[in-house]
Amino acid sequence: MMRVDVSLTVNGERVTRSVEPRCHLIDFLRIDLGLTGSHAGCEHGVCGACTVRVDGDIVRGCLVLAASLDGASVETIEGLSERGTIHDLQEAFVARNAAQCGFCTPGMLMTAADLLDHHCTTDRAAIREHLSGNYCRCTGYQAIVDAVEEVARQRMSMKAGAA
Amino acid sequence: MKWPAFGYLRATTLREFWQIKADAGPDAKVIAGGQSLLATLAFRLSQPSALIDISRLAELQGIASHGDTLRIGALTRHVELERSELIAAHAPLLGMAAPLIAHPAIRNRGTIGGSIAFADPAAELPACLVALDAVIVLASETGERRVPATTFFLGLYETAMRDDEIIMAVDVPKQRPGQNTVILEIARRSGDYAMAGIACSIDVADGVASTARLVYFGVGEAPVQARAASVALIGKALSESSIAAAQAALADDLDPPDDLHGPGAMKLHLCRVLTGRALAGFAGERRAAA
Repeated sequence: MMRVDVSLTVNGERVTRSVEPRCHLIDFLRIDLGLTGSHAGCEHGVCGACTVRVDGDIVRGCLVLAASLDGASVETIEGLSERGTIHDLQEAFVARNAAQCGFCTPGMLMTAADLLDHHCTTDRAAIREHLSGNYCRCTGYQAIVDAVEEVARQRMSMKAGAA
Repeated sequence: MKWPAFGYLRATTLREFWQIKADAGPDAKVIAGGQSLLATLAFRLSQPSALIDISRLAELQGIASHGDTLRIGALTRHVELERSELIAAHAPLLGMAAPLIAHPAIRNRGTIGGSIAFADPAAELPACLVALDAVIVLASETGERRVPATTFFLGLYETAMRDDEIIMAVDVPKQRPGQNTVILEIARRSGDYAMAGIACSIDVADGVASTARLVYFGVGEAPVQARAASVALIGKALSESSIAAAQAALADDLDPPDDLHGPGAMKLHLCRVLTGRALAGFAGERRAAA
């Protein structure tokens, strides 16, 4: 069985492993590194439960070859949580009951954080559009959009206050 | 399903790629962003012996302006089409198309070269490239070959690219003064493949359409250029009557197959609706500008 050596950064820590080419990023994170916060859902790029960051951009972890990531920087929900950068978003998810069974939640948080970081908006249609690739089978979308909208409002008013 | 077992090879220069490709044999596949290929492998639609990763080939990257043409490297990601100032200025149709493709996390990796190599008949970019009369730049070890987009897409997931070739770039003519372009589609959910869509380009001079390229996607085996509808518009002002004539002529251009979304007749209806919206939009912009 062919294996490929990769050396990358995961949540700021240097990681070196030998992986099978058929291993996708999510299995690599979950099985090789024990980072089980990212979820393997549909495993063909539809559900968004596996959303993580590679070199700052959100991606579908199930559509990325672990073997291709030599030199990359990966961030997962564990990293974002520990750094506290999405604490407000996580609080809002709890307050709004935006996590029901919780399966989609890490992916939702990664995608919502991407929106808030890069195109912060309280426009519900824009929030829904950005989250459109993340499925919640409890169908709790309303509460999720509420939570994202609230954090967008908070962050925008903080920014306005600071200016 | 998990992917089947395959090997992994990475090329960092084009020269290295040809060597790796020759060594890997005919059952190896090229992978760029992987956003279609890896999903199809999860369905076990194919079982390549190895994937040759070209995502680090510098020769296939970047968007550059050359005279009247924009050269878009094959590895240009959809998100780059969305954000590029060169695209916004000179090929706004592609900037308009990008947000219609799947979802942000997929647009961060999917590439224009991958989209046209895969040639899904419901994909946005192939239709746009036909509407813009773009040229696909292919390379083999022996040299380059330029194939107009209008003859590149041959059928269902079928293109004019040969097994010994790779897509280097797409050459898109820069938008001309008086040229109007738009892409519209109808999808059940945002980010889904379209049930029907239109990419079109119309040059208007002195209030009259001098060229018209109406291209439909999701309604055939490849992007479909509607010639009868285009003829109905050329030499006419964009008005209620010329738009209605183009909509009527679509019966001669399109014969959408029935599919999961509904009968072909419904898709033809959707194409007429989209055509009306696209053309009325151009007419409205002209009035607003006047």
